[in-house]
Amino acid sequence: MIKLIIDKKTVEVKPGTTILQAADSIGIHIPRLCYMNLSDFNIENKPGGCRVCVVEVEGRRNLAPACATECAEGMVVNTHSIRVLNARKTVMQLILSDHPFDCLVCAKSGNCELQELAQTMGIRDIPYQGEQSTYREDTSPSIIREVDKCIMCRRCEVMCNEVQTVGVLSAINRGFTSVVAPAFEMNLDHSECTFCGQCVNVCPTGALTEVDHTNQLINDLADSSKTVIVQTAPAVRAALGEAFGMKPGTLVTGKLVSALRELGFDYVFDTDFAADLTIMEEGAEVLDRLTKFLNGDKNVKLPILTSCCPAWVKFFEHQFPQLKDIPSTARSPQQMFGSIAKSYFAEKIGVDRKNLVVVSIMPCVAKKYECTREEFSVDGNPDVDYSVSTRELANLIKRANIDFIALPDGDFDNPFGESTGASVIFGTTGGVIEAAVRTTYELYTKKHLDKVDFKQLRGMEGIRSAKVDFNGLELNIGIAHGLGNARKLLEEVIEGKCAYHAIEIMACPGGCIGGGGQPYIHGDTSILKARQKAVYEEDVNKTLRKSHENPYIIRLYEEFLGKPLSEKSHNLLHTHYFDRKKEIIIE
Amino acid sequence: MAKQIKMHLLVCCGTGCRASQSATLQKALERELKTNGLEDEAKVVTTGCFGFCEKGPIVKVHPDNTFYVEVKPEDAEEIVKEHVLKGRKVERLLYTDPKVKEHVPDSKHMGFYRKQIRIALRNCGLIDPENIDEYLARDGYQALGKVITEMTPESTIDVIKKSELRGRGGAGFPTGLKWEITRKSKSDQKYVVCNADEGDPGAFMDRSILEGDPHVVLEAMAICGYAIGADKGLIYIRAEYPLAIHRLKIAIEQAREYGLLGKNLFNSGFNFDIDLRYGAGAFVCGEETALIHSMEGERGEPTFKPPFPSVEGYLGKPTNVNNVETFANVPIIINKGADWFKTIGTEKSKGTKVFALAGKINNVGLIEIPMGTTLREVIFEIGGGIKDGKKFKAVQTGGPSGGCLTEKHLDLPIEYETLVAAGSMMGSGGMIVMDEDDCMVSVAKFFLDFTVEESCGKCSPCRIGNKRLYEMLDTITKGEGTMETLDKLKNLSKVIKDTSLCGLGQTAPNPVLSTINNFWDEYVEHVVDKKCKASVCKSLMRYVVIPENCVGCTVCARNCPVNCIKGERKQVHEIDQTACIKCGACYEKCKFNAIEIV
Amino acid sequence: MTKIKSLADLRKKKEEFEQKLKLRETSINPENYVQIKVGMATSGIASGAKEVMDYLIEELGKRGIDAVVTQTGDMGYCFAEPTIEVKRPNEDPIVFGYVDTKKADEIIEKYIKNGELVEGIIPVNYETIDE
Repeated sequence: MIKLIIDKKTVEVKPGTTILQAADSIGIHIPRLCYMNLSDFNIENKPGGCRVCVVEVEGRRNLAPACATECAEGMVVNTHSIRVLNARKTVMQLILSDHPFDCLVCAKSGNCELQELAQTMGIRDIPYQGEQSTYREDTSPSIIREVDKCIMCRRCEVMCNEVQTVGVLSAINRGFTSVVAPAFEMNLDHSECTFCGQCVNVCPTGALTEVDHTNQLINDLADSSKTVIVQTAPAVRAALGEAFGMKPGTLVTGKLVSALRELGFDYVFDTDFAADLTIMEEGAEVLDRLTKFLNGDKNVKLPILTSCCPAWVKFFEHQFPQLKDIPSTARSPQQMFGSIAKSYFAEKIGVDRKNLVVVSIMPCVAKKYECTREEFSVDGNPDVDYSVSTRELANLIKRANIDFIALPDGDFDNPFGESTGASVIFGTTGGVIEAAVRTTYELYTKKHLDKVDFKQLRGMEGIRSAKVDFNGLELNIGIAHGLGNARKLLEEVIEGKCAYHAIEIMACPGGCIGGGGQPYIHGDTSILKARQKAVYEEDVNKTLRKSHENPYIIRLYEEFLGKPLSEKSHNLLHTHYFDRKKEIIIE
Repeated sequence: MAKQIKMHLLVCCGTGCRASQSATLQKALERELKTNGLEDEAKVVTTGCFGFCEKGPIVKVHPDNTFYVEVKPEDAEEIVKEHVLKGRKVERLLYTDPKVKEHVPDSKHMGFYRKQIRIALRNCGLIDPENIDEYLARDGYQALGKVITEMTPESTIDVIKKSELRGRGGAGFPTGLKWEITRKSKSDQKYVVCNADEGDPGAFMDRSILEGDPHVVLEAMAICGYAIGADKGLIYIRAEYPLAIHRLKIAIEQAREYGLLGKNLFNSGFNFDIDLRYGAGAFVCGEETALIHSMEGERGEPTFKPPFPSVEGYLGKPTNVNNVETFANVPIIINKGADWFKTIGTEKSKGTKVFALAGKINNVGLIEIPMGTTLREVIFEIGGGIKDGKKFKAVQTGGPSGGCLTEKHLDLPIEYETLVAAGSMMGSGGMIVMDEDDCMVSVAKFFLDFTVEESCGKCSPCRIGNKRLYEMLDTITKGEGTMETLDKLKNLSKVIKDTSLCGLGQTAPNPVLSTINNFWDEYVEHVVDKKCKASVCKSLMRYVVIPENCVGCTVCARNCPVNCIKGERKQVHEIDQTACIKCGACYEKCKFNAIEIV
Repeated sequence: MTKIKSLADLRKKKEEFEQKLKLRETSINPENYVQIKVGMATSGIASGAKEVMDYLIEELGKRGIDAVVTQTGDMGYCFAEPTIEVKRPNEDPIVFGYVDTKKADEIIEKYIKNGELVEGIIPVNYETIDE
């Protein structure tokens, strides 16, 4: 152990501990800006770039960045000497001097770490004014880059390169004009960006934000010629409450339904219903491929990969196009919902699909991009018109003067309101594959499954593998969340290091509960754990916990689709993938 | 009896002299020798830099040591016919001492060379850098052979430690200690890196060594490899140094052919080979962590130290980084011993230092002086004093990271510590001399402009702070500064030094602080009196007509590009200050000294 | 190409090439070496100065004597050509006249090696012939 003194307090730490961590351990909060620690995922960003966390170390010529300086025996640290306070204030004033002064209309206002720090530090003027660096704004279907607001904290870079291994964002240019951007400053839309939105999640300022659809939604709701229906994803209900000061992990399903109804949607549906539908199709596909494989059909490839996550889909289209035949062809729940809504349901209520607006509430920003994929539209009319993030919905509820906490619990509308526990756990890593296992088990073994909890599939480990006993047949299941982990797992599969029958992949760390559209966690990964717990809680509370037991699903097949993998299913619920390797456009 | 080569004509083919046609000159000399049937008696040798770049291209004739300056290709005929054939020196091409106005027959008697001691540059301008045999003739690779066959890695490090050689790249870290730390770092793979990313404005020390004596660097790197336990060397060199790269490539190839690089050197089982890595000319990549990131193909950005490269460097492996000049001292220290090396220099700074002399000085060029030489000796004896008889004002050492030293510092001995104490630093060896016509605010602005351009942008004090410093200096030179600007300038400078991530940021405000310290009055003059005494800051200058001298010839008015000079013929003219762009055309054209700058 | 595999190999290489470089090295500090100037004006060349110079360079090299042999213009002793001036380190220079290869041999063996004076010295009220 190493003994040192911080602000006259003696503290003992393990070798390798930084001054910042040592100070945290005794309740001394050194201000920080670029530093980020997502401890549950072993993600740490400490480029030592912002220099806000500088402290005075006795005997050292200059000030030391607390985030990057390791403690040493006998070190004497002062975190608030006049020299430190002056330096920290000056550095902060410098950062602000190169930041647009448009807090009043900034998307990040109120959630901006720079703004908050300026307040905490009592910055009241910016004496060092001068030229501000300006860059063109870049808009994509999901993410807006307004990099005038970039403070070079490099968090997004860590997420994009190290965590997701997508490698789109990196620092370019030099000196005053240096900024984080895609290579050659190309548009995000033309890059290999998967729109996972993890960069948006960690950006301390308004440099990276999601494309906002709330104003369009207000207009559509006000348009009497349109029937506006909404679907909400499983992970939304586990996180929305946070935006209203509720404890992380509070389930707000009923209030969410009521709020949506108050906002004026004509029908409030549940994406969970579509998740059950996904399991029907994907489960049937798994079963089909598995049976053929076990019968020695050489044309059948395993493992089968899940395909619910649009960021993951875009990732493999760019990075592993040679594998594009391996993922399940089942569309994501959002898109299944859209296509059923604009066919089956539109017909049922007698509304032309052009006048039916399908909106989704998603924990995700990649879903916005998914809506715009051409194959998910009919004659130019998209199956899902647009997707709104959890954050945007929270903002809209506040704007509409809805007292969210006081809302009574409402119920989803039918026919797309009923769902099973299997669909709820879609919101977390391990959930999709567990839901699939519950259904395929019964389809394959033709036996009733009593114990539906497959705990071996659950957890927060980045890559997990588990075995499931299908009545004597041992199924190998792989799970990865975070695209970097997905890459690692896929490479192992390609190299033949491991053999799986099925693999679930979600692009975001933690799965959809950690999606790019969720309320900001500001580095507190315990929030994700709480959301995960809530999701499993909802599962347990459901009477029905297997997708194929959902009575409305059964009816949908009876009335409309026939059976899973039918021709109608193929047309409406399945898709195909593209090789996007050569799609990168550099202007 | 076979004819003897009795004369060598050395032609400098460094980058500077080549730019003045020295390659054509070399061919012309060869042609003339042939025409006169002398090709068996005299030969032309291309060498690296002689240092006296002010008067290039240089031709040096051995064995009589004649030093011809500013030689043109058409002078070849006369040199051959007179000097080679008849033994008569070509007087008109000899260097003329500006003080006594006499021709100096050989380099030994030139003030420029008199106080120099050449250790790092010992072979520069003497051997053909593209011929390994000439390097071998100068004890080349003897030191490598000696350490490998007769010494242990530890005793090798001991010699370097005892010699008290310090890094010549800037901070002056003890070289032996660095080697020892890298030796002690345990790893299956280690690297020796030569930092040839020379980036100070006006500096070309490393380039000259690499162009003039590439083998010395290769040999030293191999010695270092043996000492620290590395079998791989990398030279990080700016892609803008094509000639140095070309010669390094030849040198590496020749050394490999002789078995002096590669596998099993001197039958000892020790392997060492060297590759080149190219930099894109970013100043910050001279910082060793940034350099390593650049070599790894990452963005050239520094990272926080520790871990030091000696522990965790290139590809995460222990890496010893030394600069070119440091390496150039190593073989001779091994050959002649630490005690010999310690006789040169001062108590704390041993050996010599190479400087690139530039600015308002008569003898611009490359010099190598023993540590402890005074600035006065360098500027007034070696450098031949200030150009055009002007008054000395300041000298900037340490490049953009250094500071300005003044008249009162002239008798300071040049050593690491004294320079730092005086508010500057040794740096890698840039030395820019300024005279009375230089405005110190503009000088500070010039250096800031450079660091703003070269900052990597990673940390906020350097990325934004230096930009703001530059902007404040700019307002001062435009006459828009106030005393408050000066206060802000001082505070911000201190904070940037205190909080920046790497050496670039930590030293960037030095030119500002040292000019403020040494030329405070000049700053005050700019902000209070709105005057620039040196007449550099255009916004603070006014061209006015002296009525007594003006005859109304209208020349000024006709030459004014913005038509802001009014006046009838034969009447006193007047300059409209609001429209004047201060181009100085009127001042130049007036034949009656009727326009002055105030 | 033969590889260098030992210090001895390296020394052999050095010896092979150092003679060529001597010309340049010695001229850096000529006062440490024997300096010989050969009068090579037209009249000198006519009387065989060139042969003498070649002989001197070759023989000095063979006999392992480090010397700086340079040519110079008219020495002003046309009557005694070829003339050479020899300066041993830390001694005054001496001019020899009527030097042919035989005489040169004698000068090397006696004067240059051992400082013994030989015949043929031009006893002048000496003025240097340094340019």
